[in-house]
Amino acid sequence: MSVITIERKVLEKNDELARQNRALLERHGIFAINVVSSPGAGKTSLLERTLEHLAGKLAVAVIEGDVQTDFDAQRIAKYNVPAVQIVTAGGCHLEANLVHDALGNIDLPHISLLIIENVGNLVCPSNYDLGEAMKVVVASTTEGDDKPLKYPAMFRNSSVLIINKIDLLPYVNCSIETLRANALRINPSLAVFETSCTTGAGIPAWCDWLLARTAAGKI
Amino acid sequence: MHELSIAQSIVDIVLQHLPREEGVSVRSVRLTLGAMAGVVPDSLEFCFGAITEGTPLQGALLEIEHVPLRAHCNDCGGDTDIEPTLFACAACGSRSLTILSGREMQVRDIEVEENEGVR
Ligand SMILES: Nc1nc2c(ncn2[C@@H]2O[C@H](COP(=O)(O)OP(=O)(O)O)[C@@H](O)[C@H]2O)c(=O)[nH]1
Ligand SMILES: [Mg+2]
Ligand SMILES: [Zn+2]
Repeated sequence: MSVITIERKVLEKNDELARQNRALLERHGIFAINVVSSPGAGKTSLLERTLEHLAGKLAVAVIEGDVQTDFDAQRIAKYNVPAVQIVTAGGCHLEANLVHDALGNIDLPHISLLIIENVGNLVCPSNYDLGEAMKVVVASTTEGDDKPLKYPAMFRNSSVLIINKIDLLPYVNCSIETLRANALRINPSLAVFETSCTTGAGIPAWCDWLLARTAAGKI
Repeated sequence: MHELSIAQSIVDIVLQHLPREEGVSVRSVRLTLGAMAGVVPDSLEFCFGAITEGTPLQGALLEIEHVPLRAHCNDCGGDTDIEPTLFACAACGSRSLTILSGREMQVRDIEVEENEGVR
């Protein structure tokens, strides 16, 4: 019997590819966000509203992660932006190698903002760096106000919180103040936006924030 | 359920470090796992058992060393273990924290055995 010392990070291969993705995106001056949430919180709806609002203002590309279907990519296709679909075939999160391949199908020199819609899941995607500049976590009012406490890793690793479906506040058991406070307790540096993808409320503020962080020169 | 993909990454790393001789088998794999690594130990053990069948890791014990979530408090200056769902300094309650440990997921070492009769 002998002992062999290994001392290696389990996800080092993913981390290395993510570093390569990040370097590639930075070289092209692209601001990339990785949008995560539970299933149905409104990631695709937020993308649609964002694309609508940024049309003519910013050159955007989209990578759509989905477990099984390309329904979300079809919804995005309407907006005439370059969109690449990744079907993870059951995988519960995107990994850096999948994004690496998808980047090969995007005309990077002409893009300023890349939006990656991750698979609906608040656990697994927090482990896998894709090479994004930041994670944006979407929590909807219908999920209650304790999500941040149940999934601290995801809220800690995100830079932005979008509280979506605020149009439903009168009907659901969710206090937006509590949700906000719980999220900021886990991560005091979160930027928080409140949106409704149904009414469009809050979308301009979110898009202005994106515009301020994006090299707008490529339209 | 990303534990399957994590188990696969562990197996890949171990196989890269195995001596090339025939008949070497792995007795145990030591893994450090942070409290905030986002991994469910039971499902990881289950997946590890399932995917190692028929490999030199078959029957190997996955020894998980748990690492608590620990943070430095930017207010009182103390280092304490943090309850992930509270996320406050255990000494003074401050939320201004710099995380020291708790996100790790690392293969430390393995115990291997040269099987009888081969050498
Ligand atoms: N009432 C309301 N419904 C929304 C809002 N945003 C999304 N939805 C609905 O929630 C469901 C899931 O949205 P989707 O964007 O597909 O979520 P995803 O799974 O995170 O991509 C759809 O039926 C949307 O129409 C919102 O702000 N208010
Ligand atoms: Mg979607
Ligand atoms: Zn303190």
